[in-house]
Amino acid sequence: MVNALDIKNLVKSFGDLEVIKNVSLTAEQGDVICIIGSSGSGKSTLLRCINLLEIPNSGEISVKGELIKMTQDKKGQPCPADHHQVDRIRAKLAMVFQSFNLWEHMTVLQNVIEAPVHVQKINKMQATELGLALLAKGGITEKADEYPSSLSGGQQQRVAIARALAVNPDILLFDEPTSSLDPELVGGVLRVMKSLAEEGRTMIVVTHEMGFAKEVASKVLFLHNGHIEEQGTPNEIFNSPKSERLKQFLASNLKG
Amino acid sequence: MDFFELLAFGDTGWGDEMLRACFMTLLVSLSAMAMGLLFAIFGTMSKMSSNGFARGIGNTYTTIVRGVPELLVIYLLYFGLNNAVMGVAKGVFGYDQYIELPVFLVATLAVGLISGAYSTEVIRGAFLVVPKGQIEAAKSVGMNRFLIFHRVLVPQVLRYALPGLGNVWQLTLKDTALIMVTGLVEIMRQAHIGAGSTHEPFVFYITAALLYLVLTTISSLILNGAENWANKGVRRA
Repeated sequence: MVNALDIKNLVKSFGDLEVIKNVSLTAEQGDVICIIGSSGSGKSTLLRCINLLEIPNSGEISVKGELIKMTQDKKGQPCPADHHQVDRIRAKLAMVFQSFNLWEHMTVLQNVIEAPVHVQKINKMQATELGLALLAKGGITEKADEYPSSLSGGQQQRVAIARALAVNPDILLFDEPTSSLDPELVGGVLRVMKSLAEEGRTMIVVTHEMGFAKEVASKVLFLHNGHIEEQGTPNEIFNSPKSERLKQFLASNLKG
Repeated sequence: MDFFELLAFGDTGWGDEMLRACFMTLLVSLSAMAMGLLFAIFGTMSKMSSNGFARGIGNTYTTIVRGVPELLVIYLLYFGLNNAVMGVAKGVFGYDQYIELPVFLVATLAVGLISGAYSTEVIRGAFLVVPKGQIEAAKSVGMNRFLIFHRVLVPQVLRYALPGLGNVWQLTLKDTALIMVTGLVEIMRQAHIGAGSTHEPFVFYITAALLYLVLTTISSLILNGAENWANKGVRRA
């Protein structure tokens, strides 16, 4: 079966600073890959390269076997060759952000059905039905007609997850989804993410929640200075880390 | 004659003339504001363009118009346009009589240019404060550039720009007083005429002031309503 995601030799630099150094990564259907690492290790950049929010300098990204075509602009900078392809593939890779990024001028329900109605051209009645079902999944149906600013961070993130699910993506990308939440709100969001994993969704999760990675991940990547320092099952990574750096990282992140 | 006789309607007083002038002020203001918004759209596009030449044009426009006194912009445009038109008439058609340009058009263009330069800065500023995450979220669900622009950017830019544009509207309204120098009969010109022929300048200028106040007060009420509407979904601090 074709892999959900194939990344080969990805390189990304900001100016002279190489942030991602030749990273390759494969996700099979149903994989939950957790990317861990200290801040500045490049984990968010790696995730943002997958849906081209950051344009990688080189490397190949294939989603369900379809290679994202790249070319160079007039200045010799890499850029996507076909914007329609990028738009289409991005919807297969819906992303959940650290700071939620709900559209402030739309109600919760409007946020969720925006892409189904305007990108996928589903009729509004059907989209609304779908949207309400997705909101029910996050336990936030009663907030459907409110604006994001009146919701707590945890509720906003659950809306953002519903918005991502609404485009029926093949892979869900999570960029530190609980990092800007108050501690007591983290659990609700993690529960929703866990239920998605149990449904068999393919997920790539950049996270600081070691408990979640341990419990839910099928594979854990430890990123350090822009390369994959170590990868394996949660059991391998957390119970028998090999590299010195991973041991140090775990020692400082697992206590308390 | 007392105040009310002076401003009576009909042949004996100046009331109907002043009211007509008030409508003219409103008409010029609305046209100039609309024209200014059009200039502002092009101004913003060129100032935010990746093309250096387009940026140069946008910057030249806002720098000159905002850097020169408004009255001077009006004079320059009025006489400049006049000279240009007469030059063309003479050079191309051999016509050497004086040509009077349509005053309303020149006045609107002059105030529109000024209004547009300020609106450009307001709209550009509004674009810059839309959080990047709002656009990234739109990209991440597959929205194309056109959808992002009109479903996500424009509604938010409008919201951020509205208070500033309200300000520009008030300025535009008041700037129309300067176009009395072109001879267009708006509030200021009419007050000037009335003051001259009755030797009661204070009566006419206080009336003019009241008329401007009525216009600006009504417009701030409307603008407040518009801001409330545009700010739906935003938590009040």
